[in-house]
Amino acid sequence: MKNKPLPTDGQGILNNPKYRAIIFQVIALALVVFFAIYFAHNMFANIESRGITTGFSFLDNTAGFGISQTLIPYDDGTSTFLDVFIVGLLNTLLVSILGIIFASIIGLLIGVARLSTNFLVSKLALIYIETFRNIPILLQILFWYNVVLAALPGPRQSFAYLDSIFLNNRGLLLPEPIFESGSMSILIAFILAVAGVIYLTRWARKRHHDTGQEFPIFKVSIALLILAPTLVYFIAGQPVSAEYPVLKGFNFRGGLTIIPELLALLFALSIYTATYIAEAVRAGIEAVPKGQKEAAKALGLSDYVILTKVILPQALRVIIPPVINQFLNLTKNSSLATAIGYPELVTLFSGTTLNQVGQAIEIILMTMAVYLVISIVISILLNWINAKMEIKGR
Amino acid sequence: MATYTMKEAKPAPSTNKGVIFWLRENLFPDVKNTLLTLAGLYFLYTILPPLLNWMIFDATWSGSKEDIVNSGARWIFIVEKFDQFIYGFYPEALHWRPNLVAIICILFVFSFKYIKSIKVKIAGIILFPIVCYILISGGVFGLETVPTEKWGGLMLTILVAAVGIVASFPIGIVLALGRQSDMPILRTLCIGFIEFVRGVPLITILFMASVLLPLFFHDGIEFDKLLRALIGITLFQAAYIAEVIRGGLQAIPKGQYEASEALGLSYWQGMILIILPQALKISIPNLVGSFISLFKDTTLVLIIGLFDILAMVTLTNSDTNWLGFEVEGYVFVTIIYWVFCFSMSQYSKSIERKFNTEH
Repeated sequence: MKNKPLPTDGQGILNNPKYRAIIFQVIALALVVFFAIYFAHNMFANIESRGITTGFSFLDNTAGFGISQTLIPYDDGTSTFLDVFIVGLLNTLLVSILGIIFASIIGLLIGVARLSTNFLVSKLALIYIETFRNIPILLQILFWYNVVLAALPGPRQSFAYLDSIFLNNRGLLLPEPIFESGSMSILIAFILAVAGVIYLTRWARKRHHDTGQEFPIFKVSIALLILAPTLVYFIAGQPVSAEYPVLKGFNFRGGLTIIPELLALLFALSIYTATYIAEAVRAGIEAVPKGQKEAAKALGLSDYVILTKVILPQALRVIIPPVINQFLNLTKNSSLATAIGYPELVTLFSGTTLNQVGQAIEIILMTMAVYLVISIVISILLNWINAKMEIKGR
Repeated sequence: MATYTMKEAKPAPSTNKGVIFWLRENLFPDVKNTLLTLAGLYFLYTILPPLLNWMIFDATWSGSKEDIVNSGARWIFIVEKFDQFIYGFYPEALHWRPNLVAIICILFVFSFKYIKSIKVKIAGIILFPIVCYILISGGVFGLETVPTEKWGGLMLTILVAAVGIVASFPIGIVLALGRQSDMPILRTLCIGFIEFVRGVPLITILFMASVLLPLFFHDGIEFDKLLRALIGITLFQAAYIAEVIRGGLQAIPKGQYEASEALGLSYWQGMILIILPQALKISIPNLVGSFISLFKDTTLVLIIGLFDILAMVTLTNSDTNWLGFEVEGYVFVTIIYWVFCFSMSQYSKSIERKFNTEH
C-alpha cells in the first residue's frame, strides 16, 4: 500500500495559512489605499478645476443669514460660520436632550401599561406601539409640522392657558424666567442640596448595613431638593421673576417662544422613540423570572421593596443598553429636522452653509465628526454601565 | 338494596366562566383597574368616533372636487392623483412596464421554492434584476427610454428599498466575515467601516453620496441622482446587515467551526456549506427588522431631491387645482407604509415563533 506523502506546513507559500493571511491582507490594504489615492487625486483635480477653496478658513467668514432659534448670542451681520456651527450643534443637543426626556417618560409609561393585567390598557399600549413604530419618522415629522401645527390658529386666536401659556401657529409661548442678581445663590443652594443628598444616601446605606434600620431616604431627598432652593429664593428676596408673553398687535411680545419646528420635531421624535423604549422596558421586566417575584413575596417583602430591590435591579440590566441605543438613534434622527427647517446642525451646516460656501468636503466631514463623537461618547458610557452592572460572581 | 345513580354534573358557577367572568377578571378586578378601564374607554370614545367619521362615514369617495359637501376626508384627491402616488411622473402609456415588473417579481418569489435546480436558481437571481432594469428603464429592444428623473412614487420607494436590500446583502456578509476574521488588518478595516457608518445619521451619508461622490471620480463619469442615493443607502444598509449577521455568526457553536475544519473544508467551503446557512437562518428575524428600518429610511431620499411616495404628498398639493389636501395625502401614505412595515414585522414574528418551537 502506498500512501501519498502528507502535505507539510510551509510547502509552497500559497498553501501556508500564515503567509496566505499576510498576502490576503496586503492585497486588501493595497486595494483600499489605491482607491483612497485615486479618489483623493480626482478630488483635488476636481476642486482645482471648479475653483473651490479648501481648508477651514471659511469658518472665520461672516455668515450673514438669520437663524430662527439661537442658544448663544448670534447676529446675522457679524457672526461667523463657526458661530453657525456652534448654534447648530447646540440646537441639535437641545432637541436631542428634550426628546430623550420626553421619549423616556412616554416609553416608560407605555411599557408599564403594556404589562398591565388590565386587558384594555395593555391592548391600547400595544396599538400605540404598533402604530407609531411602523410609520417612518420623517413622515411623522412632516405630519406634525405640515398638518397639525399648521392648522393651529393665528396669534390672536391662540389657545391660552391661565393667560401665561399660549399655543398658536407661531409656536408655544411660555413665561420666561428672568434671573436678577442674587439668583446665583439659588443655584448654589441647589448644588449644596444635591451634595447633601449624596452624603445622606451614603450615610443611610451604611446605617442600614450596620444596624438594619431603614431611613426614608427618598422622601427626605425630595424634600431637601425642593426646600433648600425655595428657602434661599425667599431669603434672597425673590431674585427670579417671570416675563409673561403679551399679545401686542398681531403677535406676542416677551416670554419664551418654542418655535413650531422644534415642537413638531419633539412630538415626532419622542412619540416614535418611545415605542422602542416601551418595548425595551417590557422585554426587560419580562426577562426577570417569575420565581424572583414569588420568592420575594414569600419572604414577606412589601410591593415597593420587591419592585425597587428585586425586580428593577435585574430588569434594568436588560433595559438600559437598548434604551441608550435608542437615545443615540433619537440624536441621529434629529438630523431629519432639515426637512422642516429646524435650525440644527445638518440644516444649518450641511444645508445653508454648504450652499453659501460650497466646501462640501470640510463641511460634511465636520458634520459627520460631530455625530461620530456623540456615538463614541455614548458607546463608552454604555460600556461603562455594562461593566458596572455586570453580575459579579463570587 | 338501594341503587346508586350517578348525579348529573353541575355546571360551573356562573361567576367562573363566560363573558361576565372574563370582563371581571380582565377589566374590572379592583377599583384601580376599574378606573383605568373607564379611562381607557373614555379615551376610545373621544378618539374613535371622530376618526371613523372623518375617515369613512363622512368621507367623500368619488365625484369631482366641486361636489365635496361632507366634512370628512376627501379621498377623491387620492383617487385623482393615484397614478402619481404609485408611479411618479412615469409616462402613463408605459405604466404596464412597472406593473409587469411587479407581476414578475411576485411570480419569481413564489416559484423560487419549487425550482429544484440550483443552476436555474442562480440564473434567475442574475437575470431577474437585469430584466427588471430593462423593463423600467427601457432603451433597448425598442422600449422607450424613461429617464430616472421620471421615476417616482411608491414604485421608486420599493425600488430603492429592494436595491438597498439586495445589494447590501453580499457586502454585509463580507463585512461580517471580515469583522470575525483572524487577520488584523482586514478586521480593522471592516470594523472601521461598520462603526463609522453606524455612528452617523443616514442623511449625512446621503449628502455625502450626492455631493462628494461626483468629486471622487473623473470629470467624465456622470452619476445619476438616483444611483448616488442607491450607493449611499446600500453602503449604509450593508453596515447594519453586517452587524445582524455577526450576531448570527457568534450564536453558532464553536464546534460547528471546528467540525468543518476537521472535515478538511477550506475557509470558504466551511463558511458557505456549514456556518452561513445556519447563521443566516437564525438571523432572519433581525434581518427582517433591518429591512423594515431600511424601508422606513427610504423616505429620506426626498431630502436629496428624489420623488418617493412621501415627496408626492407635497408635489401633488402644488397642483393649483388641488391645494390643501395634505391631510389626505399624508394619511394615505401613512397607511401604505404602515401596511408594508406591519406585515413585514408580523412575518418576522411568525418566523421567530417557528424557531422557538424547534427546541
